[in-house]
Amino acid sequence: MTRLKNKNFIRKLLSKIPPVLLFIAVLNNYDFNHLGMKYFSFNFSYILIFYYSVKKSESLGYISIFIAGLFNDVVIGTPIGLSSLMYLILCVAASYLRTITLRPSLIKDSIFFLVTILIINSLLFVALNFIFNYELSYFDQIINIIFTFLLYFVFANLFDLFENYLAGSYNAR
Amino acid sequence: METSRDDFVIAIRSVFLKKGTQQRFSLLSLIFFSIIFLILGSFNFKAIDYVKIVIKEITYRSSFIVSIPENFIKNNYFIFQNHFKLYDRNEKNELELKDLRSKDLLNKFIISENKRLKNIFDDYLVKSDATFAKVLSDKGSPFLKSIIINKGSKHDVNLGMVAMDGEYLVGKVIEVNYLSSRVLLLSDLNSKIPVIIEPNEIFSILSGTGKNHGVIQYSKKYKDIKSRSIIYTSGLGNLFKAGIPIGRMKIVQLSKEKEIEFFSDFSQLRFVKIISFEKNEAQ
Repeated sequence: MTRLKNKNFIRKLLSKIPPVLLFIAVLNNYDFNHLGMKYFSFNFSYILIFYYSVKKSESLGYISIFIAGLFNDVVIGTPIGLSSLMYLILCVAASYLRTITLRPSLIKDSIFFLVTILIINSLLFVALNFIFNYELSYFDQIINIIFTFLLYFVFANLFDLFENYLAGSYNAR
Repeated sequence: METSRDDFVIAIRSVFLKKGTQQRFSLLSLIFFSIIFLILGSFNFKAIDYVKIVIKEITYRSSFIVSIPENFIKNNYFIFQNHFKLYDRNEKNELELKDLRSKDLLNKFIISENKRLKNIFDDYLVKSDATFAKVLSDKGSPFLKSIIINKGSKHDVNLGMVAMDGEYLVGKVIEVNYLSSRVLLLSDLNSKIPVIIEPNEIFSILSGTGKNHGVIQYSKKYKDIKSRSIIYTSGLGNLFKAGIPIGRMKIVQLSKEKEIEFFSDFSQLRFVKIISFEKNEAQ
């Protein structure tokens, strides 16, 4: 009985890892910039949100994503609500992909992810540049998109491993 | 993945309106909410401002706490990076040190030169007010190059006081009477003055020749004396204040002597300034 309770507790704890990771990511502004790599940055939040919205939407609630977006706006200094909107658009895309997909594959997911982040970053660029008069580096945005896309494969596999082997009975596929 | 128009509409409706398990709000309502947030926030709506303040307070504090491990890793990364770069940095530092050492030597020289120049200019102060005297007599004797001035002990003129033509040194008082004095000119054969030749800081003795020029004596650095060098009093021997300009070097190729062309034309003196200097003990 106790073992069962412990198992449930661990399972619950593991199920909270995606939102915890998301909040750590937004509060840290986790983009590897502190390593001094000039041409390397990626948006971990996008990968996490997209992956869990496609594969396991119940792990990452929309409310958490919305609040994480608000926190992200405060941390990076963009108008409050903008990141939330972008995260939710990503959720829309992921949710649509989930609805229409019969046979999931990483390649198709990643291509859809690429298209989505291109749209999201374009919207972000337009909103910040033309509506809120923020100066943005177009080149940095492109670099960020490319690495976010490339690292999606890596993180998708890592999350699969986590879901299959650590989260136990929760099947990510 | 071919979908008909109806399927597409159904899928979109499902995406926006369907609430999944444990989802309390639909995506549409949250998107709508964030757009309202954005619009009202840009118009500085008060309620939104308060919400913003609360969110910011929470975020800043949580961000600090969440960033502790990251900062720890970051700091350690920099420490490691520093260790890896130690050899290269050492090499670079060695080169810089070499360069700095040579510069330090130069600095030391400049500091000592500065001190010396300060001494030249500041080790004496004008004690008395300058007394202007009229040249009464200009002895054109080949044995004694001197002038007689119309100021004596009555006007506080004392032996050893300096006679100047403007800012140029012309000689010193060697004889004082009640109402008159004699000034021995620099060009007199008996006149020996410690001088410094700039540039190159060559210390030497200026000696009169009995003619209208002087010569440099007793210098080991004869070769270093260049034409047009300026001669100043060196201040050595406490005879004169250091740094009083005297004349300019005039090197004649045929002559072995280093001649000095005085700035002041002694034959044209009408008035001289008589002053005395005292060592500045306070410095």
